[in-house]
Amino acid sequence: MFKITIDNILIEVEEGTTILQAARMIGGKVVPPAMCYYTGLKGSGGKCRSCLVKVAKGSAKDPRPMPKLVASCSTPVQDGMVVENTTSAEVQEARKGVVEFLLINHPLDCPVCDQAGECDLQDLSYGFGMEETNTREPRREYPVVDIGPLIKLHMNRCIHCYRCVLAAEQLTKKRAHGMLYRGDTMEISTFIQTAIDNDFSGNMIDVCPVGALTDKTFRFKSRVWFLNPMNAHRECSKCSGKVTAWMFGNEIYRITGRKDQFGEVEEFICNECRFEKKDINDWVIDGPRKIKRQSVISSNHYEELKKGSIIHPIEGTTEPQE
Amino acid sequence: MEKGSKVNHHLFVRENKAVSFSDETLAKIRSLIRRYPEGRQKSALLPVLHIAQEELGGYLSVDTMDYVASLLGINPMEVYEVATFYSMFYLEKMGKYVLEVCHTGPCAICGGEEVLKHIKDYLHIETGETTPDGMFTLKEVECLGACGNGPVMQVNTEFYEHMTEKQVEKVIEELRQKQGEEGTSKGWAEQFS
Amino acid sequence: MGRAILLDKVNIPGIRAFEVYRAHGGYKPVDKGLREMTAAQVQQEVIKSGLRGRGGAGFPTGLKWSFLDRKSDKPRYLVCNADESEPGTFKDRYLMEKLPHLLIEGLILSSYALGVKTCYIYIRGEFKYLVGILETAIREAKKNNYLGERILGTDFSLEIYVHPGAGAYICGEETALLESLEGKRGNPRIKPPFPAYKGVYDCPTVVNNVETLATVAPIISMGGETYAGIGTGKSTGTKLISACGNINKPGVYEIEMGLPTEDFIYSEEYCGGMKNDRMLKAVIPGGSSVPILPADLILNTAKGQPRLITYESLSEGEFESGSMLGSGGFIVFDEDACIVRNTWNLTRFYRHESCGQCSPCREGTGWMEKILYRIEHGQGRMSDIDLLVRIAKNIEGNTICPLGDAAAWPVASAIRHFRGEFEAHINVPCTMYNGQMKEERAL
Repeated sequence: MFKITIDNILIEVEEGTTILQAARMIGGKVVPPAMCYYTGLKGSGGKCRSCLVKVAKGSAKDPRPMPKLVASCSTPVQDGMVVENTTSAEVQEARKGVVEFLLINHPLDCPVCDQAGECDLQDLSYGFGMEETNTREPRREYPVVDIGPLIKLHMNRCIHCYRCVLAAEQLTKKRAHGMLYRGDTMEISTFIQTAIDNDFSGNMIDVCPVGALTDKTFRFKSRVWFLNPMNAHRECSKCSGKVTAWMFGNEIYRITGRKDQFGEVEEFICNECRFEKKDINDWVIDGPRKIKRQSVISSNHYEELKKGSIIHPIEGTTEPQE
Repeated sequence: MEKGSKVNHHLFVRENKAVSFSDETLAKIRSLIRRYPEGRQKSALLPVLHIAQEELGGYLSVDTMDYVASLLGINPMEVYEVATFYSMFYLEKMGKYVLEVCHTGPCAICGGEEVLKHIKDYLHIETGETTPDGMFTLKEVECLGACGNGPVMQVNTEFYEHMTEKQVEKVIEELRQKQGEEGTSKGWAEQFS
Repeated sequence: MGRAILLDKVNIPGIRAFEVYRAHGGYKPVDKGLREMTAAQVQQEVIKSGLRGRGGAGFPTGLKWSFLDRKSDKPRYLVCNADESEPGTFKDRYLMEKLPHLLIEGLILSSYALGVKTCYIYIRGEFKYLVGILETAIREAKKNNYLGERILGTDFSLEIYVHPGAGAYICGEETALLESLEGKRGNPRIKPPFPAYKGVYDCPTVVNNVETLATVAPIISMGGETYAGIGTGKSTGTKLISACGNINKPGVYEIEMGLPTEDFIYSEEYCGGMKNDRMLKAVIPGGSSVPILPADLILNTAKGQPRLITYESLSEGEFESGSMLGSGGFIVFDEDACIVRNTWNLTRFYRHESCGQCSPCREGTGWMEKILYRIEHGQGRMSDIDLLVRIAKNIEGNTICPLGDAAAWPVASAIRHFRGEFEAHINVPCTMYNGQMKEERAL
């Protein structure tokens, strides 16, 4: 077991754990935000740079600090490592910079975006974004690509996290979309006109941290915060059948995977459960799902949030030690 | 580079036309694949795409890329991802000669931008366009690694150095004369032993 | 000065051919290394030589080799980085074109030292003609039993293959290069793990620059200590400098480390002075990524000492008043050059070459390019200058690979040393650039 200190909180973790995972074990405000890392997707992480932290002490053996901020999601812990997240002004500044970069080409169309209310970028901006924009350059606009009747691709909102590509690669046999071109014209696309169609493609929606991939069968139906998330299950031959049903009265508006406090699904679900079973008689409703993420859908408590304190569970919040 | 903020990508069409390499080229490709460990045949993708572009129409059509994917036993999407990443691969039909003019720093301070402008005026085309006779396509490229001999232009991967406005006219006229003749430089497949 | 270790044979007619190269003492270092020395001894000589990576980072080569995971039972690989794409740098192209066998010698010796059986030369695709030159050299070496099975009757076997890239500056970054070698997009990998443990095909791998590997041959020939005696301080040996820009004699020069920059620019032996006797305005001394220095700071350090071409001297004064040796791409600007236009130009390059994987580089390079384009075309605001400094700072150090730094440094340094010129461009389209060209692009 390795001892590691994050924002002055000591925790023992197993060798091979990343800094981010260790921070998640502590929970609360010390958890760095993650826009591209996704525990269930092999090879994810390291790209968005929003989880950068400072390693003030490399390890007990080699106490030198690391020269640059590191991506906590992909840096394994060392015994005796000391990490600063919320306690480092440098980290907070860098994170502000990253949020600014993610936003300069984002359309900021939250009012018409189905992801609003459960959007990681919205949360991140609220936590670390600036109140005014510094850019007066026109925002990047991609041509619209239709990827079929189930999923809406809205490329202008994409933050190029690669999660959907990894999900398609790892959950399906023959991935029909990918990351094309490069640099700031890099694009998620199918390259040729085709519908993305296989039993697990809908998980692209769940793993997308922003509104770039949304459920077409739920498009413009309701704001997420007007719906009641309910745990539901059914017998399914393709997946576990354990889902969250988003309901208004007795009507099911949409089905998603069950997401944990870090926005990651517990189990990937199949397209049949997600898109075809919208009748309440299709499901056994287990009861209300407690949404542990702090976001409008769970708390309606934006006024309680302080700057820099976004994305942490409501219960058992651990404060960084001063 | 994109004009303004609009990204000008578009979707491509699979025509389902039969494409294939000659037996000789196929043998060469098989020997290229053997250069990499077993199960790592995807490694041959870049050299094979170079050969495909050169021998199968001067650009990479969807059909060509699907064919390459089948040769290497990989998902066509992996080929599209790679082909769109590297700037030497063309996704559209090009002119017989592709004039690639370097306009990066060292070439620019030696007159690269003037040469570029002169080609536009001389051929009456803009960057990315092809002359109506299908002879020349003009491309602006970044550093070609020949900065000491700038301004530099590559025509179908052959270097033309110390370009001036006059020089460039001369090169273009010589290429026009060559019409019908094969180029003198060795093709991609011949580069490999 | 003027000591040639790498390029000593460069003017011999027909030197590209094995027979000619051999007749002039070529492959003797290989004979010596393979017949008289153990692998460990070869590595020891490289450590003693003090050789530092010639690709740009200047990391000690012997030390890098010592990191290679020798406990793994997987095959090891040596990958030669010939993806020379840094604007202003064209030394490797010259070396491979003129002396392909020198590189092959270095590769054999290095592979022997590292226990490598397969070596790839990753060369940028634009150097298509060099693929043929190198493949021919490999074929010749193989015919003469310097490659292939049981080289020179020893137990050592080696195959070298040339692998072309296809137009991507980022593939010069070693992990992007390995991705590209595996037939993927050139996205740099997240480190750790480092290539010494998990390189190409997840096997232990060493990636070295062309010039670095070529230098191993003369090091074995003369001995590491003798090599270390050349040059000065921690900058041992000679370095290929590729000079370009507004000078009389652009080209590739081999210099002994420690040559004053003033001699390099003005002496007949090297650059031959400024073209048309213009005044020297600025120099980018190590390839486009390193900070630009104004004339006074390239000739002398801030402390008034002559600036020398060494790793230490060029970086003296850090980023306040220094720069870096980098890859040795020496770009000289005369008084007519517009720093703003040049900075915009280079930023456009980095925007074009960013792989797009991580947010600060993907978005930041594009943002800086758009702002600099506006400033150059008279649409800038005074506040844009500080904004650029801030963007550069937010990119620097926060990206997956050094391309972010490479894009940020030219902007930050140009503003640091030539702020007045940026200010003069605000609201006034560039007056220094004399080509009356209008880029047709929406601001």
